[in-house]
Amino acid sequence: MDRIKASTLTGAEIVIRCLQEEGVEFVFGYPGGAVLHIYDELFKQDKVKHVLVRHEQGAVHAADGYSRSSHKVGVALVTSGPGVTNAVTGIATAYMDSIPMVVITGQVPTHAIGLDAFQECDTVGITRPVVKHNMLVKDVNDLAGAMKKAFHIATTGRPGPVVVDIPKDVTAATCEFHYPETVSLRSYNPVRKGHAGQIKKAVQLLLEAERPMVYTGGGVVLSNSSSQLIDLVRSLGFPCTSTLMGLGAYPGTDKQFLGMLGMHGTYEANMAMQHCDVLLAIGARFDDRVIGDPAHFAQNPRKIIHIDIDPSSISKRVKVDVPIVGNIPDVLEELLKLISSAKTERKSIDAWWKQIGEWRAKDCLRYDRKSAIIKPQFVLEKLYEVTKGEAFVTSDVGQHQMWAAQFYKFNEPRRWINSGGLGTMGFGLPAAMGVQLANRGATVACVTGESSIQMCLQELSTCKQYRLPIKIVNLNNRYMGMVRQWQEFFHGNRYSESYMDALPDFVKLAEGYGHRGVLIDKPADVEPALKEAFSRKSELVFLDFITDQKENVYPMVPGGKGITEMILYEDL
Amino acid sequence: MSRHIISVLVENEAGALSRISGLFSARGYNIETLTVAPTEDASMSRMTIVTTGSEDVVEQITKQLNKLIEVVKVIDLSEAEHIERELMLIKVRAGQKEREDMKRMADIFRGRIIDVSDNTYTIELTGTGNKLDAFIQALEPGSIIETVRTGASGIGRGSRVLRV
Ligand SMILES: Cc1ncc(C[n+]2csc(CCOP(=O)(O)OP(=O)(O)O)c2C)c(N)n1
Repeated sequence: MDRIKASTLTGAEIVIRCLQEEGVEFVFGYPGGAVLHIYDELFKQDKVKHVLVRHEQGAVHAADGYSRSSHKVGVALVTSGPGVTNAVTGIATAYMDSIPMVVITGQVPTHAIGLDAFQECDTVGITRPVVKHNMLVKDVNDLAGAMKKAFHIATTGRPGPVVVDIPKDVTAATCEFHYPETVSLRSYNPVRKGHAGQIKKAVQLLLEAERPMVYTGGGVVLSNSSSQLIDLVRSLGFPCTSTLMGLGAYPGTDKQFLGMLGMHGTYEANMAMQHCDVLLAIGARFDDRVIGDPAHFAQNPRKIIHIDIDPSSISKRVKVDVPIVGNIPDVLEELLKLISSAKTERKSIDAWWKQIGEWRAKDCLRYDRKSAIIKPQFVLEKLYEVTKGEAFVTSDVGQHQMWAAQFYKFNEPRRWINSGGLGTMGFGLPAAMGVQLANRGATVACVTGESSIQMCLQELSTCKQYRLPIKIVNLNNRYMGMVRQWQEFFHGNRYSESYMDALPDFVKLAEGYGHRGVLIDKPADVEPALKEAFSRKSELVFLDFITDQKENVYPMVPGGKGITEMILYEDL
Repeated sequence: MSRHIISVLVENEAGALSRISGLFSARGYNIETLTVAPTEDASMSRMTIVTTGSEDVVEQITKQLNKLIEVVKVIDLSEAEHIERELMLIKVRAGQKEREDMKRMADIFRGRIIDVSDNTYTIELTGTGNKLDAFIQALEPGSIIETVRTGASGIGRGSRVLRV
């Protein structure tokens, strides 16, 4: 049944009406020739607010941060040609982390397509490998249906970005507008319920486990299954670890939580992952940064149960014994129900916890607390204390990202916002804008490095325009620190092009954009500076921390090694 | 590594073919042959893809194909009884002295001569890929002027069907 009475609208009006129908609050965008009709319609209404960024990459990252921190769909709007190519990094970032997003792109008029028109590019072709789906809408009569389909596909199953490419003449053409209430696609029907037989098998394995382990990923956050996860893990009494993408889904301060696993995971998490006898993987995908070399991982026998909405994530890098394809909260509830009513005597896992305790005693995140130079880890510990662990924290990519993941103990999902899959430097600041807009009064920190922040620095101007009081925590080590660390470990200390010369004066730079900038170069000033900055509720503050140039992230599993082949602080 | 023949029903939409071929190149899967044409239902095309890979890779291929929004159904035909056929048109030298031999050879392979000129025959041949290979092998290498092959099409035997 069509909800809306038919009326004749232009394509541009239809786009806006569809956004209104979907309850879209914000569109992050940048205008240009091919989208001028759409911008004209945006101007005539005030239901959907437009946020004008300074670069299309920023628009997509902002829409992404908005979505990650709110579980709503992010929406971006860019023009044809360069608008699209600038947006590609953002789209690929969202794709790799399965973020629900709709990107509307302008296209040259249908009659000009294929003729190398001004600002023409093959948007559907360029974005194809980095979207969940994309479509070129050549007929205004198909536009409303395409928009509905885009939102449906972006948000259901394993979420992801969908691009809707709209030629300029289609935005000017008119037709009767009906917004379909539902879509049904014979070729796309994501499952919900897990297979009952498989769930039974999983329960049996879990109850018989002597060295169990729960490993969670971004899927738990995306499917809002935090409460089901907590119930299950607490009722089982099992240790739990999380990937970089899943942090916060299980409380970071809980005693059953072993910290993050993987390349820069904790000693205890990686050891437990390798030595467990039953592994319950939930919404995670055993990627290379998590389990390293799959052959090394396979050396220890263990039974693996894997719950995921996407069948292609199962048995991709690691063969599993009990695959369960389904919507995570549904499957977890089912598991919990069966476990609570099970009659089987559970094995004691005390010896396992004792072993884990010994691994924990290594205190693998140790660092030199007496340093006269600011240690980046210290800044993050203080950030955690000053914000009481309640901030939304975005990050860029590099050492600072790993330290933030290690030292900020997230107790809630959707608080930790970072580009884990694509690893996109430049993500942090624009993502923080989206986070702040989705969570108006909340505390938002962007943990970054002096190299990453310069990749989308122009967005400081957007922050000014929309009064976004983000706190930028710049861990300024004058190096592309993560690159320098790899060069130190694996390239004989040859720091090829990883030193950042001619850095700007970040304080003046922040001031130039109309914000506050503060330089901090003594450990004793760290906490007061953070307190002062976070007390300024309506101002963006750029905190430039001059940190130890040679600090490394530990533990570290070198690329391609097994997860227990960690380089530890004490080894050096 | 083994040879698999995968059948795909896909929505007959612009771009669906490039989505599928793009998937194979992006993920480094082999394509030996790929054929596509509409079915009796004009809204759908059917594709036959011949690929080689380990069991794990072929499992990923079918899963990744299924993940594409426009893909309606996928089966690995080679998992059970099936028939496959390929069509070849081959133009060969057929001057006065080769004519007889060439005709006989075509007959042996149940080929049909569908075009004749002073010096050439064009032969149409249908069969499995192996049969077409065998025909090529059986000819004098110098006698082949041009070949064109469709790639395999496949269908399940008996009650084994692929439809929505
Ligand atoms: C767009 C992009 N280009 C290059 C890289 C490779 N890369 C990963 S970390 C890193 C260095 C980041 O330096 P900085 O932002 O100063 O952070 P630090 O590691 O020093 O904390 C680089 C260049 C990347 N991740 N993204």
